Amino acid sequence: MSNNKIFGINGPVVTVADTKDFSMQEMVYVGREKLVGEVISIDDKLTTIQVYEVTTGLTPSEPVEGTGSAISVTLGPGIIKNIYDGIQRPLREIAEKTGEFIERGCFAPGIDEHTLWDVTVTAKVGDELCGGEVYATCPETESIIHKIMVPPGISGKVTFAAADDHYTVNTKILEITDKSGKVHELTLCHKWPIRTARPIKKRLPCTVPLITGQRVIDTLMPVAKGGTAAIPGGFGTGKTMTQHQLAKWCDADIIIYVGCGERGNEMTQVLDEFGELIDPRTGRKLTDRTVLIANTSNMPVAAREASIYTGITLAEYYRDMGYAVAMMADSTSRWAEALREISGRLEEMPAEEGFPAYLPSRLAAFYERAGRVTTLGSDEGSVTVIGAVSPQGSDFSEPVTQNTKRFTRVFWALDKSLAYARHYPAINWTDSYSEYDGDLADYYNNNVNLSFMDYRRQLLSLLHEESKLMEIVKLIGADVLPDDQRLVIDIARVIRVGFLQQNAYHKDDTYVPLEKQFLMMKTILHLYEKGKALVASGKPVAGIARSGILEKLIKMKYDIPNGSPEMFDDYITEIDSVINELMAK
Amino acid sequence: MIKEYIGLNEIAGSLAVLDGVKNPGYEEVVEFNVADGTKRKGRIIRIDGERVVVQVFEGTKGLSLKNTSTVPTGRPMELKLSEEILGRVFDGAGRPIDGFGEIYPEVLRDINGSSINPVSRVYPRNYIATGISSIDALSTLIRGQKLPIFSGYGMKHNELAVQIVRQAKITGASSDNFAVVFAAMGVKNDVADYFRRSFEESGVLSKVVMFLNLSDDPIIERTITPRCALTAAEYLAFEKGMHILVVMTDMSSYCEALREFSSSKGEIPGRKGYPGYLYSDLASLYERAGMIKGKEGSVTQIPILTMPNDDITHPVPDLTGYITEGQIVLDRSLDSTGIYPPVSILPSLSRLMKDGIGEGYTREDHSSLANQLFSAYAKVQDAISLASVIGEDELSDIDKKYLEFGRAFENRFINQGANENRSIEETLDLGWEILTLLPESELDRVSDELIEKYYRR
Repeated sequence: MSNNKIFGINGPVVTVADTKDFSMQEMVYVGREKLVGEVISIDDKLTTIQVYEVTTGLTPSEPVEGTGSAISVTLGPGIIKNIYDGIQRPLREIAEKTGEFIERGCFAPGIDEHTLWDVTVTAKVGDELCGGEVYATCPETESIIHKIMVPPGISGKVTFAAADDHYTVNTKILEITDKSGKVHELTLCHKWPIRTARPIKKRLPCTVPLITGQRVIDTLMPVAKGGTAAIPGGFGTGKTMTQHQLAKWCDADIIIYVGCGERGNEMTQVLDEFGELIDPRTGRKLTDRTVLIANTSNMPVAAREASIYTGITLAEYYRDMGYAVAMMADSTSRWAEALREISGRLEEMPAEEGFPAYLPSRLAAFYERAGRVTTLGSDEGSVTVIGAVSPQGSDFSEPVTQNTKRFTRVFWALDKSLAYARHYPAINWTDSYSEYDGDLADYYNNNVNLSFMDYRRQLLSLLHEESKLMEIVKLIGADVLPDDQRLVIDIARVIRVGFLQQNAYHKDDTYVPLEKQFLMMKTILHLYEKGKALVASGKPVAGIARSGILEKLIKMKYDIPNGSPEMFDDYITEIDSVINELMAK
Repeated sequence: MIKEYIGLNEIAGSLAVLDGVKNPGYEEVVEFNVADGTKRKGRIIRIDGERVVVQVFEGTKGLSLKNTSTVPTGRPMELKLSEEILGRVFDGAGRPIDGFGEIYPEVLRDINGSSINPVSRVYPRNYIATGISSIDALSTLIRGQKLPIFSGYGMKHNELAVQIVRQAKITGASSDNFAVVFAAMGVKNDVADYFRRSFEESGVLSKVVMFLNLSDDPIIERTITPRCALTAAEYLAFEKGMHILVVMTDMSSYCEALREFSSSKGEIPGRKGYPGYLYSDLASLYERAGMIKGKEGSVTQIPILTMPNDDITHPVPDLTGYITEGQIVLDRSLDSTGIYPPVSILPSLSRLMKDGIGEGYTREDHSSLANQLFSAYAKVQDAISLASVIGEDELSDIDKKYLEFGRAFENRFINQGANENRSIEETLDLGWEILTLLPESELDRVSDELIEKYYRR
């Protein structure tokens, strides 16, 4: 029992004077109520601790106890379906203990210690195992098999293996004796420090897209499995909505959704909605593959800073089992603001806009934990990170947006004017980009259609041409444009309204398979080609608009159900007959 | 044993520093006895060993290093609560100022509150009919929502707030279990009086709890006014099962008080001198709206803020917009053309609207109609900007139709009387009626069935 006492208190920052007992990033218990904290700086006079809970009422002379280990999460079966706060405290259990309002100093283990898991032990006595290799499995939810791995850093010969049975997470399953003769007892779970990336064998190139069913993303700005994407946008542009859509429909095996400093009601909505929705690929509930981390904006700011790391550590753990994991962080700006707040309390010298000078390196270190890898257990897994950014004053030149842009490879810029016109997803097609288009070209061409990337290029160039033409239209109106340019404007409108705009509340349109996306593209471009022929033959282009075919194409996203690709043939035939009629006039 | 500390060691701005304090509690309230016989209150905001920094609510004017003695109370800032607070008027720190004496407390509550556990929240779904077309149809207010009004100096936000309070029909609320909590921060005397009078005229005054920190009241007190108000609201809602509408005006003054306080502490400023924790601080207020599983009542917030220079990217509206569930933005050009309420449709938004409207809540066409009106009105803006370059006569026929639609929309749909209470059916029918000014081919957000049922009528 040490006799370290609190010396100073300033918001979430607590100092201890004249001690040499603590190490950097060590987890500590502060005060009589044992509030969780983390050591963030040490000098010969003061040791500084950030406390993950409200510090009201703390007094100097209350004890501070070290735990000897860094702040970590418990990894084992029981994580999925859970909802945690920023330092892996299960909110449901907390609610049972303390009621509707979160009381401080409340403790509950990150994974339930009483649940019995149906464990199949795959390792046998005499096997040589090293860190990351699987020694047991158990079904965690109806769609996810949990693989229990030797913690990285431990290897040796199995000297005891339990029989297949039902076990709780803290039961001894395996004993490994390493080269030095030390015996490691392994249970179903182990701890891992959240600020340390879990080791891997090798990084792999990102050549498989994360299919989201959102046309503007899959077709125009795709993100790869293991890639990184940023969604910056002012308030009301639909960041959270886009994140929800991705969490619902993307084809990852596991979703880690981190609500970092956002609204409480939004987390409640995710809980409600995901409990009802069915994953189209597994036929199970979406919650069966989802972990929520909710550190809402009014919960303690230091825990908000930790929530991102808790999320990515859970993501890496499931990646190590060979799963494709997607992590949504909403919003990384709040995380950066938490950094700024703590930095301000420490009276550090600020860089841009009060943010600490280490903001870029922290962001880089976070996004670099994404990737598609060969795991230590020689499986293939990936962590895709999609971070929302909330730029102050919708100004994309602010430090968090700019630095995020440096370290992510996909940039989905949300646009206020699109959102005002209720064009969702409000991803601006001229400011956004994906650097994965080259890496993913082969996948699209081989798995969807050989013309996919070519059509995509045509679509983009039509949109760019339109935005140039619109400059002129804004000045003099559309009537004076020559026919070939009016055709571009008409077709681009079909692309914008009929293709890019997508209705998250429509049963078919909320998720659109790649094949339908391709056929929609093909149909629109078919009309463009036919239109060009019409213009070339000197007939007026206005006939196309009058025929109503444009409106018909705009509504094809609703009129053609997802499973009926053959219906597109009728549209092609109709386009041909409309154009032939106009030609004949 | 009550300790009393004689004298102060340092005074700077609204802060007083004391040395040699034994066992101070962080955020503990202290009382100052000044030599002239007056009392003041303060809160400990920083502790370094035995040295404490105290924020003095009433300001440090007249304090000297000698004439003051300090008594720690050992308690955090608490508000005395009982059902008697209905109909009463308090100052910004929760002391009664209406001359009816102290509240006999049933409970004491820490004004900082605690965060609602996200798993215990009920996702808000029931809409509140305000009788105002622009709000009901296009940025619907939902029970348990926080929906601020972004306004500017001289615009009619107070009138709008009063009309909402007067006409709001909350599902499940009757005159017995509906109440208003009103927090004024740094508003002028006559504004506070306007609200009081309006509540009186509409007969809800006995159901209003007022917390007034007027523009000439101490600034530091202003930083605790909304916390007192929300503590009262939470008490009434979650312990007494009432549906509470909280009107807080003016959040910009609150933020300025926070800025003043922060700079006097010597903190590193973020944007425009506001403290870096402004977001967290505002969130700790706004997030106190909502509903809780198994509880009858609800807290709905309507904060009002004035955007300095009508700039929506100013830190106060910007950070507010990131926390609240939408916003109602008022527009100066609409206001100056005499349209009331001058709601700027395009930037206004209610995030919870999508789940609280439609069949079973309002009417099945509501969401499609709202989308269609938004998208058509966005096109009106394009037509107006084109017309300002080439003149209205040169516009294409369809653009002219849009201009006509835009005018009708502003004058008939947005514009309504300060006492006009339109039902949701009237509002939606009016929306369809104005849409008939546009040809059917322009309706790209509504399904054919809805066009058949409502547009072709």
